[in-house]
Amino acid sequence: MSDQFIWGIEVFFNGLMAGVLYALVALGFVLIYKASGIFNYAQGVMALFAAATLVGIMNGQIPFAHLINTIFGTHVYEFGWNLNALVAILLTGGVMVLFAWVVQRVIFRHLVGQEPIILFMATIGLAYFLEGFSDLMWNAEIKKLDVGLPQGINLAIDEFTFNIFDYGFFIDNLDIVATIIAALLVIALTLFSQYSKQGRAMRAVADDHQAALSVGVSLNFVWIMVWSVAGFVALVAGIMWGTKSGVQFSLSLIALKALPVLMLGGFTSIPGAIVGGLIIGVGEKLFEFAIGPMVGGATENWFAYVLALIFLVFRPQGLFGEKIIERV
Amino acid sequence: MNAAAQEYITEDGRKIGGVVMEMKNITLRFGGVIAIKDISFDIREGEIRAIIGPNGAGKSSMLNVISGFYNPQEGEVWYKGARRPQMRPYQVAAQGIARTFQNIALFEGMSVLDNVMTGRLTHMTTNLFQQGIWYGKARQEEIANREKVEEIIDFLEIQAIRKTPVGRLPYGLKKRVELARALAAEPSILLLDEPMAGMNVEEKEDMSRFILDVNDEFGTTIALIEHDMGVVMDLSDRVVVMDYGKKIGDGTPDEVRSNQDVIDAYLGVAHD
Repeated sequence: MSDQFIWGIEVFFNGLMAGVLYALVALGFVLIYKASGIFNYAQGVMALFAAATLVGIMNGQIPFAHLINTIFGTHVYEFGWNLNALVAILLTGGVMVLFAWVVQRVIFRHLVGQEPIILFMATIGLAYFLEGFSDLMWNAEIKKLDVGLPQGINLAIDEFTFNIFDYGFFIDNLDIVATIIAALLVIALTLFSQYSKQGRAMRAVADDHQAALSVGVSLNFVWIMVWSVAGFVALVAGIMWGTKSGVQFSLSLIALKALPVLMLGGFTSIPGAIVGGLIIGVGEKLFEFAIGPMVGGATENWFAYVLALIFLVFRPQGLFGEKIIERV
Repeated sequence: MNAAAQEYITEDGRKIGGVVMEMKNITLRFGGVIAIKDISFDIREGEIRAIIGPNGAGKSSMLNVISGFYNPQEGEVWYKGARRPQMRPYQVAAQGIARTFQNIALFEGMSVLDNVMTGRLTHMTTNLFQQGIWYGKARQEEIANREKVEEIIDFLEIQAIRKTPVGRLPYGLKKRVELARALAAEPSILLLDEPMAGMNVEEKEDMSRFILDVNDEFGTTIALIEHDMGVVMDLSDRVVVMDYGKKIGDGTPDEVRSNQDVIDAYLGVAHD
């Protein structure tokens, strides 16, 4: 076997792992879009906010420390504790639920029945507000996030592949953990929406508001629930990306990576988000590996979008999206 | 003893219970348009109450007031002996008022079974946390409700399409599934908005039979809107007639049929 081919396999696997992370972000989009028809541009910033909150709670940072110090002339920055990661994650989950409640209460409750474009604009506003709010609350420094996830090369795979190909694959433990967690998350979400009472209410709202009201479903409750779940998904994505590359502004840009994933998979399909993420992840890594050197590299920046554009031409509803039929 | 609690014997000798819902001087406006003008009537337990009238008479608006989709500017809604405050539709549903829609509002992407199961939502009390654990209370609840749903599916003879996504069903069956979903809530009052609209004769006969059976078997109080006079007169115990937002008649089918105002509204009057 040629070296090129073996390296290709390694790239393929690394692409799969990257794809899982894209899928995780895309999943947050799909959840909200399905249940409320809102394309939530703020999903990426939500991941940033969640990750920053998690770091803040773990390290005992005082929220709004800068603001407090400016107003009262004090010099307080930290509570001086270090919290267990699991407890901090649960607390951050609570913060995301609170966030969902506020967003629903303050913004989207007043925009029910508005045009999609208006809802979209509202989420853009939300995104920039949340970004500033996150900086104000937890300061804008680049923070290290370590919740105890394993990192670094997986030696077992390295050794195993070395014995077969005479070349050890480099696969990061963090990516493997991320894949497992993402898979569990998707399974849990699917089971929840298929079999639980609230899941059924969620699907009902996604399908027909009026009918949902008539069977006793509170739209408000469902929307808060969906935003909470999306917030939780953002938290998981934030943990993964934050562990990988630090909690910083660029984290919010992963939302832009999720766009082509959504175009590919369809805006309304959970499996679509997964498959779309994997295709984009693998596609861009393989493309960079095979074609990249010929065109001077850096193809990862645009490949996903070109792929998505091609998809838009042939299948505008995405791989798994609902078919758009307009009857006249 | 007030009149509301008294029982009532219909023309064909059926015994009807006391008043379960009373509309008092309801007026509903949309800007300058008056959809309902000072209408009062009551619904008694166990009866089939029809609201009829020509197109645009305000029948659907009235149903929307009862189910909480519209809030009237004036008037009071009394339900089970208490004045109902302004409520949102989902709160009204939780109080035991189920409805169907004129243009069918089903969850098209979900199976028939799932659609009917949503009708049980108001009967399921486990919270998010219990549902998350699933084993134990949530599971028992699901099984109990599922049994009830299967019973209703059997009753309405839609067993064969249980797993079919609703979007694929023909119109007549969709109407029946919607009835099943409303019925699954075991409502105190079942509101049917033109249950027979757009159906052929055979489907209409089927639907009429189901409505009568539901009333017979479960003793469900039914309020329905129809503008096909023939069907209504056969089905209902008492009829309210509306025209241009006003009530022009109220009584048994025979009384209504011989009411001059009603005849005029339906057949038109010569203006000379």
